[in-house]
Amino acid sequence: MSALVFIETSEGKAKKSSQEALCYARALGGPVTAIVLGPADAAGLQDLGKYGASKVLHAANPKLEQGVIQAYATVIAKAFADENADVLVLANSSLATPVAAKVAIKSGASFASNVVELPDTGNGFKVKRSIYTGKAFCWQELKNAKKVLVIKKNAAEVTESGSAATITPYEVALTDADFNTTILSSEKATGHVLLPEAEIVVSGGRGMKGPEHWGILEDLAKVLHAATGCSKPVSDIGWRPHHEHVGQTGVKVAPQLYIAVGISGAIQHLAGVNSSKCIVVINKDPEAPFFKAADYGIVGDAFDVVPKLTEALKAAL
Amino acid sequence: MKILVCISHVPDTTSKINFTDNNTKLDAAGVQFIIGPYDDYALARAIELKEANPGTTVTVLNVGTADTEPTIRKALAIGADDAIRVNAEPVDSFFVASQVAEHAKGFDLILMGRESIDYNSGVVHAMVGDLLGLPSVSPVMKLDIEGAKVKMTREIEGGKEQVEASLPLIAGCQEPIAEWKIPNMRGIMSAKTKPLKVAEPVTVAASVALSKFELPAPKGAVKMIPADAVAELVSKLKNEAKVL
Ligand SMILES: Cc1cc2nc3c(=O)[nH]c(=O)nc-3n(C[C@H](O)[C@H](O)[C@H](O)COP(=O)(O)OP(=O)(O)OC[C@H]3O[C@@H](n4cnc5c(N)ncnc54)[C@H](O)[C@@H]3O)c2cc1C
Ligand SMILES: Nc1ncnc2c1ncn2[C@@H]1O[C@H](COP(=O)(O)O)[C@@H](O)[C@H]1O
Repeated sequence: MSALVFIETSEGKAKKSSQEALCYARALGGPVTAIVLGPADAAGLQDLGKYGASKVLHAANPKLEQGVIQAYATVIAKAFADENADVLVLANSSLATPVAAKVAIKSGASFASNVVELPDTGNGFKVKRSIYTGKAFCWQELKNAKKVLVIKKNAAEVTESGSAATITPYEVALTDADFNTTILSSEKATGHVLLPEAEIVVSGGRGMKGPEHWGILEDLAKVLHAATGCSKPVSDIGWRPHHEHVGQTGVKVAPQLYIAVGISGAIQHLAGVNSSKCIVVINKDPEAPFFKAADYGIVGDAFDVVPKLTEALKAAL
Repeated sequence: MKILVCISHVPDTTSKINFTDNNTKLDAAGVQFIIGPYDDYALARAIELKEANPGTTVTVLNVGTADTEPTIRKALAIGADDAIRVNAEPVDSFFVASQVAEHAKGFDLILMGRESIDYNSGVVHAMVGDLLGLPSVSPVMKLDIEGAKVKMTREIEGGKEQVEASLPLIAGCQEPIAEWKIPNMRGIMSAKTKPLKVAEPVTVAASVALSKFELPAPKGAVKMIPADAVAELVSKLKNEAKVL
């Protein structure tokens, strides 16, 4: 089963989620080709061999520097056909998911998003998807010859094996129709661990009392190299930016460790955190529903417990 | 201007999910169905645009069986003018997108939610965009029409971007694009007589088939740690959970 993998880069390197997509594709057992769009550095491209790509298609067209969805879909659909690949693998993101959907249409492929593990290919091609915002899973058979899979974080383990990949420049003629949306500007938090990709998340709720108290959570996040998150009311009132809000109507995280401070654990919040490996809850109310979903719990005042925890971690790590 | 709002009919966000029929069907017992929360934002923005631009009409569309009609009537009560129900089980995103594409022709603005909260695919807008050759943008937090141009704020990982496109256009909406609207008495009364057209689906070859549903493994009991023993927590995270 040959695979094509769409790689997203950040500062010239494949994002961790794209490394996962490569390792997922490698585990399918056939040859793996990676495709990178826009300017990229050669060393970063060769590096993709380590995660399983034997070949890298590089569409260096400067017009692809920005992630214009339609243009990306055109290029990737063409590569999917040219490479005669059976499966296209992408890691879930605000760019990759819509691109994947469009490529599936253009290629007549079966499509599945939120795929959480390797397919069962014993009889047909079945994938396990997360549904109902993490409250359940379903197994679906993908019936078409070509398949497009958008994988969730942790669908495959990142391991290095393999050697440098050969880089092939790749050109596709693009028309005005491919640039039917224009990105005027973008702003992105820099120097922070991004929430959807974080291995550790420190999250605060209304129990934090106000934005001026986020310092103790940021200190904790810093010793853990963690991203910061929050509950929905916290972003609704404007204590924290919208993109930090976790839950059913926010970011769905899947870290190794989720530390929830002053969050009651409403079902809509839990929907966004139930893929976490380990959950720690700090809340002054012993009856807070979050404790039922936690692995470890501390009943106590956040303003007392969090600084102590930060100090203890500093001493231990 | 003609606006189409696509709404999904999904279990309320507080629902516990269970399955019946040997794990092949959602157990609807005790589940309350609602307009998808993101679709509610799309509808609210559509109504705002209608109020600000005389002559604008808002049509809602749902792909679903007759069970979804109370949800569609609620959208009419909130202020949509008329509705279309495509009479079919929404089996997968491609099927839904194909049905939407069939009915979306002739609309200037097609608003959806960023994702349905049952399958969370977040792709119907992108698929319809490709099927109709129209721009599609999601998740949109702000949408303003300036002549034939539409200016939008789209959320991306760790930030946002400003995007511009021309009508006709498809947008997947999320907060804070508009405040959810609650139907008033007059809306509820008038919704009963607003037109709700039932259309038969166009034929689409199924590209995926459900095998079975599965629930996550139950979580083990929580281990409580005294507030004055944070060092114990650190050691457990390191040596027991092995997450540090
Ligand atoms: C359609 C819909 C979608 C929703 N989607 C989401 C979503 O995606 N994400 C989300 O988070 N919510 C969502 N919600 C809201 C959700 O129902 C809850 O209202 C919300 O999660 C509560 O936030 P909170 O826990 O921060 O606040 P609260 O419920 O007010 O809880 C505050 C907690 O802090 C504790 N506390 C107070 N002081 C201290 C202290 N000094 N030290 C320690 N603990 C303290 C309290 O005991 C309490 O448990 C949604 C709701 C709806 C209706
Ligand atoms: N059965 C349906 N009927 C009408 N619109 C739908 C249906 N399912 C999904 N949609 C729309 O498509 C958006 C994205 O859904 P999805 O791709 O399934 O996550 C939703 O927010 C709705 O606006």
